[in-house]
Amino acid sequence: MKSSICLRMMEVNQKGIIKTVGGHGEMGRRIRDMGLVPGVEVQVVGRAPLYDPVALRLRDFTLTLRNNEADYVFVEIDDETN
Amino acid sequence: MKQTDQKITIALTGNPNSGKTTLFNTLTGSRQHVGNYPGITVEKKEGLVESAGYVLHFVDLPGTYSLTAYSQEELVARNFMVRENPDLVVDVVNAASLERNLYLAVQILELGAPLVLVLNMMDEVRKKGMTLDTGLLEQRMGCRVVETVARQGKGKKELIDTIISLNSRKEDFKSPLEISYGPDLDPALKEMEDIIRENAFLTDIYPARWVALKYLESDEEIISEGRRKSPDTSTRLEDVTNKVADHCLKTLKTYPEAVIADYRYGFISSLLKDVVTRDQQRQRIEMSDQLDKFLTHRLLGPLFMIFVLYMVYSLTFLVGDIPLSLIEDFFGWMGEVVRRTMPDGLLQSLVASGIIDGVGAVLSFVPLLMIIFFCIAFLEDSGYMARVAYMLDRVFRYFGLHGCSIMPFIVSGGIAGGCAVPGIMAARTLRSPKEKLATVLTAPFMTCGAKLPIFLLLAGVFFPANQALALFLITLLAWASALLVSKLLRATIIRGAATPFVMELPPYRLPTLQGLLIHTWERTWQYIKKAGTIILAISILIWAAMTFPQLPDNGFSDEEIQGVIAERDFRGLNTAPGFPANTDDITLEEEQIELVLAERQLAHSYAGRMGTFLEPVTSWAGFDWRINISLVGGFAAKEVIISTLGTAYSLEAGEEDDPTSLSDHIRQDPDWDTKRAVSLIIFVLLYAPCFVAVVAIARESGAWRWAVFAMVFNTVFAFGFSTAVYQTLKLFI
Repeated sequence: MKSSICLRMMEVNQKGIIKTVGGHGEMGRRIRDMGLVPGVEVQVVGRAPLYDPVALRLRDFTLTLRNNEADYVFVEIDDETN
Repeated sequence: MKQTDQKITIALTGNPNSGKTTLFNTLTGSRQHVGNYPGITVEKKEGLVESAGYVLHFVDLPGTYSLTAYSQEELVARNFMVRENPDLVVDVVNAASLERNLYLAVQILELGAPLVLVLNMMDEVRKKGMTLDTGLLEQRMGCRVVETVARQGKGKKELIDTIISLNSRKEDFKSPLEISYGPDLDPALKEMEDIIRENAFLTDIYPARWVALKYLESDEEIISEGRRKSPDTSTRLEDVTNKVADHCLKTLKTYPEAVIADYRYGFISSLLKDVVTRDQQRQRIEMSDQLDKFLTHRLLGPLFMIFVLYMVYSLTFLVGDIPLSLIEDFFGWMGEVVRRTMPDGLLQSLVASGIIDGVGAVLSFVPLLMIIFFCIAFLEDSGYMARVAYMLDRVFRYFGLHGCSIMPFIVSGGIAGGCAVPGIMAARTLRSPKEKLATVLTAPFMTCGAKLPIFLLLAGVFFPANQALALFLITLLAWASALLVSKLLRATIIRGAATPFVMELPPYRLPTLQGLLIHTWERTWQYIKKAGTIILAISILIWAAMTFPQLPDNGFSDEEIQGVIAERDFRGLNTAPGFPANTDDITLEEEQIELVLAERQLAHSYAGRMGTFLEPVTSWAGFDWRINISLVGGFAAKEVIISTLGTAYSLEAGEEDDPTSLSDHIRQDPDWDTKRAVSLIIFVLLYAPCFVAVVAIARESGAWRWAVFAMVFNTVFAFGFSTAVYQTLKLFI
């Protein structure tokens, strides 16, 4: 069973495949420029001490974004493995 | 032109953290900073390499992830590639994360720039158990690919040879890359391309398809350039764009720019198919991840961060104290030698009081600064600084700043000993003009290296047992002021929404000793150069202001002597009853007359008059005219504050006196007490930035009114704060 959730809701260590990336203008551009596009696998690797920003693993590197930026990204997760 | 002096201009571009700057250093031997923090290279750096009868002129462009027009760096990079027509564009990519790095390379190819791809960090690729088929990549990209390990200088020769061999075959590069953007965008692109070609719309500068793409991506820079060029054509293109955007929103629920990014990444995936093969994955990044579990842990992370910052202090003061006193002694000795050997008069006074004391006071802090710079370089190059930004972002956002504001703040002196000038420059990384402006305006509150001497001096005299603690508290005060003022500014005159934080966390890397030394030396040299030029000039200027106009007559009448003695008695300088009683006391009395006379001379000078003029107001904060002179001098450069105080006291002491150190003077002078010291520390910390920083503010904010604002606002703020603290302390002490 697969379901789609907002990146903000993901737990640390949870994995998923990006389904959609909303947002346009600068916000959308920055997110996409860094490689957050549909089809990419992401894993939440940590959260900052105040729970925000969030650190993400993409295939070959780690990046961080704020929760309100993560709101634009929807991720498909496998309910059984998580 | 003979082939022997043929020049090849090469633009060096790449993502932040791709090792571009390291490669630039390896190639040109240039003294330039190498950092792990995204976007550390904000200035245009150039370097020359001579090889095989060619002169290779490298231009190190700012590190960027993309070629949009959202930040100054991207614009600089894009405009250089398009307008300066470099012979070649070398894109340095981190081969260990090819996919994301090629996003920039593909855009360069679309721009039709003559690209050479450098796959850097090949050692990391191997360590991660990946293999790359460079030949296949070369074939698919249609450009030359060179493998390097910039840290070890590997591949340098191959790159230079490739550049030289490609230079003679420039015609190979003419056609820009065309990617298919799918059934929704391709027809529109075609239609726009036709309009663009028909009207020769910007085609003298950019490829037609690229302009069409930029319209679809709503690139404000290109659209406004287009409107200036031909409003009619631009309107036609905008109409097509709007139509496509509507269509995308209705049928795909997305934006053309999102479709473009998706297809670009799709194109990159197809490029990389069979190029990248992975065995056991991510060994190295996992090491970094393990470290992050501790270093960015909710509780341990911040604790460790505070520990690191405090260690930088302790190290600086423990180790730096030894060379510091040696250098101080040396300049004290030099001043003494000059006073002994040169004949009395203006020239001797100029050399001893103007030059040696002034510059000596500044140079004596070089060892401290070197240690601090070394520590900062280590934090930056290791990748830890990016984690600091990550951990602090939530806090900074609260104050209307950005996680990346940490960098300008720290360079400005957030870790005591920076300099606001490079700090303000480092704010160029910030993408939002508003957060950047707030950062630029508040970064000068930090404890820069030039303010440190006065803090060290006063802490040494008034808090000898708690020097490190005092400096730590001063730095905390600087941070509190910067953050609160920033929040105030962002809520009033620079209001606006926050910008995206999206930032890479580079893997931890052990900095190379050479990189650290280059960095340390570069910053220290900047400081010394400043001491040697501006500060020497200011020091002489201030000496002149304190020496001229001379008292009308250097001799003085009996009446005047009586007046001087009366003044001295009134001031309580002589406490011996029945004075003068013997010849020793008479000599002493003569010396004291000299002393008071020198003081009167200073009060008579231009500087003294100005200081006296300001005294009625500054006395609210506990400052006398002598401090006023030095604070006025501090507008020019903060180092001048201490050297002026030094000059003032050595002039006052009279030339025959043994030069005792400024701290001894302050310790013995009854006018100096703790509340004055605290008030002065606060004022020096917060008042107007030095004029070099003011110029930098004007440049980075793009407006002189912000520079003027910084000078006026900061001084008023500082004075209000100092006065409040002084008056409060007065009630208790």
